[in-house]
Amino acid sequence: MILYALCFALFLVGLYGLMTKRDLIKIILALGVMGYAVNLMFVLIGYRARAAYPILEPGKPVPAMVDPLPQALVLTSIVIELGVTALLVALALRLFQKYKTFDITQIRRLRG
Amino acid sequence: MILPTFIIVPLLAAFLIVLCGGRRDRAGVLIGGAAAAALAALSVVAFINGRGEAAVYVMGAWKVPLGISLVLDPLSSLMLVMVSLITLTSLLYSVAYIRRLEGEGKYYALLMILVAGMNGVILTSDLFNLFVFMEIALFAAFALVAYGGRAQEYEAAFKYAVMGSISSSLILFAIAVVYSSTSALSMSTIAAILPQRDPVLTLWAGGLFLAGFGLKAAVMPFHAWLPDAHSSAPAPISAMLSGVLIKALGIYALIRVFYNVLGAPPVFLQAFLVLGAVSMTVGVLLAIGQWDIKRLLAYHSISQIGYILIGMGLGTTLGMAGALFHLFNHAVFKSLLFYNAGALETALGTRDLRAMGNVTRLLPITARTSMVASLSISGLPPFNGFFSKLVIILAALQAGQPVFAGLAVVGSLLTLASFMKVQRYGLRSERPAGALQAKVSWGMNAAMVVLAVLCVATSLMIVPGIRETILDPAVRVVMEKARVWTAVFGK
Repeated sequence: MILYALCFALFLVGLYGLMTKRDLIKIILALGVMGYAVNLMFVLIGYRARAAYPILEPGKPVPAMVDPLPQALVLTSIVIELGVTALLVALALRLFQKYKTFDITQIRRLRG
Repeated sequence: MILPTFIIVPLLAAFLIVLCGGRRDRAGVLIGGAAAAALAALSVVAFINGRGEAAVYVMGAWKVPLGISLVLDPLSSLMLVMVSLITLTSLLYSVAYIRRLEGEGKYYALLMILVAGMNGVILTSDLFNLFVFMEIALFAAFALVAYGGRAQEYEAAFKYAVMGSISSSLILFAIAVVYSSTSALSMSTIAAILPQRDPVLTLWAGGLFLAGFGLKAAVMPFHAWLPDAHSSAPAPISAMLSGVLIKALGIYALIRVFYNVLGAPPVFLQAFLVLGAVSMTVGVLLAIGQWDIKRLLAYHSISQIGYILIGMGLGTTLGMAGALFHLFNHAVFKSLLFYNAGALETALGTRDLRAMGNVTRLLPITARTSMVASLSISGLPPFNGFFSKLVIILAALQAGQPVFAGLAVVGSLLTLASFMKVQRYGLRSERPAGALQAKVSWGMNAAMVVLAVLCVATSLMIVPGIRETILDPAVRVVMEKARVWTAVFGK
């Protein structure tokens, strides 16, 4: 239970960073922290104490295994996060070319 | 099997466009147009052939608790028809509009990926698969918002991408919570198991889902990204984003998850009502103050989403019918309004209402269709917006919520006021417009005329005989709540 609470705390750390930081790159990193928290949560859900890796071997008795599905989901979500991060970095670079700064308080052409 | 084609066709089209497209956009127009036309035809055929029944496609022959299934029930086929119709008109409109922005084939490839993602979200019956398709659609949407390549477009796209990623993280967190208690990802299995589990868990997962999908649907406290993103995108994309994307990813997912998976817990229905009322009134108040026509329209999207949420939150059959009816109508008239805004921007070179002049003589089709759309969104008979708002207001009265009915009437009056401002200052002002900078091509005009005709035609959905075949089966799917899956998968 403590582990789940810590996961949620990590998620909130990411959210805090997202809301308070003014640098585009730090915002992207904060999003990454949020993503890691969710991925960690998924892996922990699949974890069983003293269980084996989920691969069947011929001739061996079937032991208690960890749940393999969350691991597969985490792989998918890592790939998606990679894509989002790449897109965000590309946008941040383009913004830097236009405004010559990463500070979001300087990047304010849209308002109202 | 017709189900996977809705995802395969646009994905294949996107691939072929990138493969065949050189520097010119001819391949994009041809392949994209063919794919959009095929999808529109397929969705109508699927809708007519469905006859209120559900069809299932089991991916890779892995049966339900293990694999992913696509389900085409009346609700999904109604959404598919809506998405395909708007895509087709958007493509027709894009041909001339995007050429002006140094059009390339890539634009059409992104548009097709957007459609593939939305169709996937609408068809899938697996929570994690829903998340994946949602990300596919969002990727394309981020890139399309930034397509114009000006500073404010990058700014809007960055804001949209950050907000989109937060909402995706929240949804993934909710999926993790659901999985931890049910060890299942398919909606049918979760719907069967969840009632036996701790109700606190439903609250946790529901809260996270509400925040996540609420961000995607731009419900009021989570709305800040929408006016920037939707007003910065090229006009045909604004029409896609405001017309169908926030509904497929936001409202449809909310309906599916809260009604068909979580079984419509009353506390969340109450939350829908309150959030809907706030979005509806505050959205329209913010809209009145805008002078940029596309920002004004974007704020109206928030307000109209509020109407749909109120219909959803009532939890009655009539309320849900009103919500789905308004969802369809809003896709039609809001897309039309964005096409009008794009035509005005093309012809006059400005989006500021104060800088526009009288265009009734110069752009007769734009002026007339924008009048039709303005009357529809303000809820005046005989246009579709009147009937769907009427159904929602009647449903609110019937459900014993006169406060929300009253707010809906006030919201409608304020909408009328803000569109009188658009017509009075923008299109029908006393000052005549100067020379046109560019012609509004036939493709743009055709797209606007088609949607203006639909604005009148869709109001027929209220007529008893037609309502029973189009709206009622979809409403029945939603109102059966978690029990809907037993009809689909047997057992």
